[in-house]
Amino acid sequence: MTNRGPSSLAPAPPASAGGAGASARPRRRNYSLLGRADRLTLGMMAGIPTFFVVLFVIVPTIASVVLSFTDWNGIGGLESIQFIGLKNYSDLFTIYKPFWPAVSHNVIWLAFFLLIATPLGMLLAVLLDKNIRGTRFYQSAIYMPVVLSLAIVGFIWILVYAPEQGLLNNLLGRTEQGNQISWLGDPNINLWAVLVAASWRQVGYVMVLYLAGLKSVDPALREAASIDGAGEVQTFRRVVFPVMRPINIVILVITVIESLRAFDLVFIINKGLNGLELLSTLVTNNILGETSRIGFGSAIAVVLLVVSVGPIIFYLMRALREDNT
Amino acid sequence: MAEPIGRRHRALAAVLVLGLLVTACSSPPAASPTQAPAASTPATVAPSTPTSLGETTLGSNESDENPKLAVQAIVDYCQTKAGITVKVNVNDHNTFQNQISSYLQGTPDDVVKWFAGNRVRFFAAQGLLSPIDDVWAEIEQYMTPGLKAASLGTDGKAYFVPVYQYPWVVLYRKSLFAEKGYAIPTTIDEFKTLGDKMKADGLVPLAFGDQDGWPAMGTFDIINMRVNGYKFHIGLMEGTEKWNDPRVKKVFETWRDLLPYFQEGAPGRTWQDAAKTALVDKKAGMYFLGTFAVEQAGDAAADVGFFPFPLFGTEFDGEHAIDAPIDGFMLSANPKNPDAAKAFLKCVATPEAQVAYVTSTGIGSVAVSPQADTSNYTQVQKMSAEVLKSAGNIAQFLDRDARADFAGPSGMQGFLIDFLTKPTQDLDKYLGEIQTYYDSLPPQ
Amino acid sequence: MTGLVIPAGGGEASANARRSKALRRGALHAFLIAISLIWLLPIAWAVYTSLRPFEDTNRLGYVSIGGAYNLDNYFNAFEKGEILKYFLNTVIILVPAVILVLLLASMMAFAVSRYSWRFNLALLMLFTAANLLPPQVLITPLFRMFLILPLPEFLSTNGLFYDQYFGIMVIHVAFQLGFCTFVLSNYMKTLPKELNEAAVVDGAGVWKTFSTIILPLTRPALAALATLQVTWIYNDFFWALVLMFTGDKRPVTTALNQLKGQFFTDNNLISAGAIIVAIPTLIVFFALQKQFVSGLTLGSTKG
Repeated sequence: MTNRGPSSLAPAPPASAGGAGASARPRRRNYSLLGRADRLTLGMMAGIPTFFVVLFVIVPTIASVVLSFTDWNGIGGLESIQFIGLKNYSDLFTIYKPFWPAVSHNVIWLAFFLLIATPLGMLLAVLLDKNIRGTRFYQSAIYMPVVLSLAIVGFIWILVYAPEQGLLNNLLGRTEQGNQISWLGDPNINLWAVLVAASWRQVGYVMVLYLAGLKSVDPALREAASIDGAGEVQTFRRVVFPVMRPINIVILVITVIESLRAFDLVFIINKGLNGLELLSTLVTNNILGETSRIGFGSAIAVVLLVVSVGPIIFYLMRALREDNT
Repeated sequence: MAEPIGRRHRALAAVLVLGLLVTACSSPPAASPTQAPAASTPATVAPSTPTSLGETTLGSNESDENPKLAVQAIVDYCQTKAGITVKVNVNDHNTFQNQISSYLQGTPDDVVKWFAGNRVRFFAAQGLLSPIDDVWAEIEQYMTPGLKAASLGTDGKAYFVPVYQYPWVVLYRKSLFAEKGYAIPTTIDEFKTLGDKMKADGLVPLAFGDQDGWPAMGTFDIINMRVNGYKFHIGLMEGTEKWNDPRVKKVFETWRDLLPYFQEGAPGRTWQDAAKTALVDKKAGMYFLGTFAVEQAGDAAADVGFFPFPLFGTEFDGEHAIDAPIDGFMLSANPKNPDAAKAFLKCVATPEAQVAYVTSTGIGSVAVSPQADTSNYTQVQKMSAEVLKSAGNIAQFLDRDARADFAGPSGMQGFLIDFLTKPTQDLDKYLGEIQTYYDSLPPQ
Repeated sequence: MTGLVIPAGGGEASANARRSKALRRGALHAFLIAISLIWLLPIAWAVYTSLRPFEDTNRLGYVSIGGAYNLDNYFNAFEKGEILKYFLNTVIILVPAVILVLLLASMMAFAVSRYSWRFNLALLMLFTAANLLPPQVLITPLFRMFLILPLPEFLSTNGLFYDQYFGIMVIHVAFQLGFCTFVLSNYMKTLPKELNEAAVVDGAGVWKTFSTIILPLTRPALAALATLQVTWIYNDFFWALVLMFTGDKRPVTTALNQLKGQFFTDNNLISAGAIIVAIPTLIVFFALQKQFVSGLTLGSTKG
């Protein structure tokens, strides 16, 4: 798509927002009109931010890929790095026990967000869009967890899930040895327990995004639909949802990225052990610590990178297409 | 339009290249400390004429209230005694542990508080520490051969000064034992009998919490030492013995048999919550952990008693082995003021300084030196000293005796939790996986 | 525009419709109240715990009523936990980071949205991609870079990026630039292009056009972004965890972890700490709810 860029850009989009008297001349400034000093200024304005992003984000990302082919404990200068080919990857896929569970947990995380948290957030947005009484209270209550850091969210949910002292087991009367539910310790249920905590935050996020999107839907469209005799559900499905396509895409991408980025919550709970393995915690556990396995951790990071790139490209393609219309 | 854009592009590219150059070329300024292998100046330390040695710095990982006071106590003591000033930099315990290697490579303090055993050996081998044989020549008189062994690097030089330690023991509430007429179990059979009695009384025999991953290591250590002896245990930790050895399988089988006496759901319980069930709520009869757990009992601390883990009736009973991690100080590779730093290290090794450390707050730990004056010890410390005196062999702890990357969350922490959640799994396969993981680690 | 179903006909049918409408509204409110309570419960639980002394909960259990209720844990968090010190650290990192990221992002957005040149799409892509990457992907090399890259003395006490306020600030700026640029460039595209030409006629240079014409018009977007960035950077846990070594210099969100002792943990104290740490973001949310929401949607409604 890079090579599509220049050609599609040349005729700048008509300045629809320009109002009356918009001239037909090229709407974007052409460089050849700029003086030397201006060009320098403009170069700096683009160059400095680019420098930051390239130096602190892009270069480290590329370096991670390189390091994933090495065996390095992180001590000593760069000359102590040894290249070992694909060994990290083969160890990762065969010997390293937590890897496949981590992949599947990331997938479950994603599915749970896509199928439960996100739709619930959208549903709440649709319900709250109707200017009912108390909507501000409802919105605030549901949105509140979003402003909390995940570190705090993790801590709060440990208070809820603790086996003897936790709120939940006490409410359920399951605090005794024998009938106790180990919400965070039982590998069959702890991922779900954590997903509830994560969704507690995600739902509010999606709700607010969607609510704002709904506000931008032209009311005339809905009225037209209801005059045609469409019910609420139908109106939403046939009219509102399609109009909201751009925001749906954004929510989709955010959901995917948030699922891949999931980290703080499980790290606070138990560093991502025992049924809570995630790719992000595996990376952290291998590269942090007294004797770090930088090369190995980087290999996991590269796997994470590869899975992240898909949604990123999808998102950018969307963004570009919108840009060109 | 194309022409100016090209120029623009070149300017931009120049900026980017500049950025890359900065990254690539800037290694020299700071990289030096990482390579220099302990160029310790063999300082001829003049028999201290106080106030002449100047200031040294101490990096401490004790961020909790009480241990922080204890560090300050030993620093205060040695500042006066050795005629030095010590600037203490306190860091959060967990962060310190996570970042110790970059810390030692970067701009470390002169003296660093750390752990004995493999934990210090690793950094010594990487050239991140200064050997301190000259210090040891003077302080050996206060120490035992076991303490010296725990302070040596793989090259046979000393790198560590031990100061205090705390034993891993079975803690209980004295009042509960008195009320129910329980006797302290000395053999595993007595332990099981007591456990059955406790169950009948509606108690959990042994509290257990392993959410943080490390408490289960203590249980593995003690069963391994009881069943297979100290020597095998250390061999296993150091990698000379294999994890798929049938003797290791025996350990897990024994543990599996004992699990009915353990509090269930350990992987989802913090050790603090487990301590609370036993030492505060009296819902569990006993709790196996380091003596530091006494602090969690709060007001009930005076009522907490403890005893060594019961014996298993094996040929290794006579060893009376226990885990008792040793903490102390080490010297970074390029100390700014080696003379003052070494004077500090010599001072902290004295029994008086050790006692100053452990008595300042009166919690759990005891001085390592057999010559330490125990008269000011608290009840808990006196009992700890007794337990340590009667122990024939003292191991450190799994994450100190074995290499750190093996012990960490990707290794044994994860494996032990896996065992606890699936104790009936195929142990041969399980142990094979542990050994495979061990073998996949880069050579050290 | 409540109820999208327009009652057809009158009389009985309309009465029925009204009744069913009231019923439906009742059900809706019941549902929303239930959800809201469930959502508030964990926070309320933390607040409740924070109001009780450790000794009481130790004796009575956490799920209990009785014992004392007071603000001691809050005072303790301030005194023993030295929360104020950590708040100050946060401010030292947060304020310059937000200003810098908005300045750089608006410059970048101005350059790519107001002028046509070959690489602006590629750059925009680069920026957005950078914003979407998981931090773990780049942390290792970044960590080493921070240990190597030199900084002048007035920005760094050890001559490096590592373990410095400046280093944490810089990584926030770099990591958030993508999102801000994306949002701002979308916003700037909606401003009439003629503004630039008018500026040229007036003899204004590029910088002047930017600073006196475009930037003031971008103020609503900047306000929204500032609200968002304050919340996001404030809540960051990861960067400071890895790139900051000295405990005393950590921002408050990461420092909260330090309240959790190695040998002794007081959940009541940590609850109080968590509440205190959450308060500023809650204030920001309630005070600037409008900006916050529009900030979130700015980047999204116009893909």
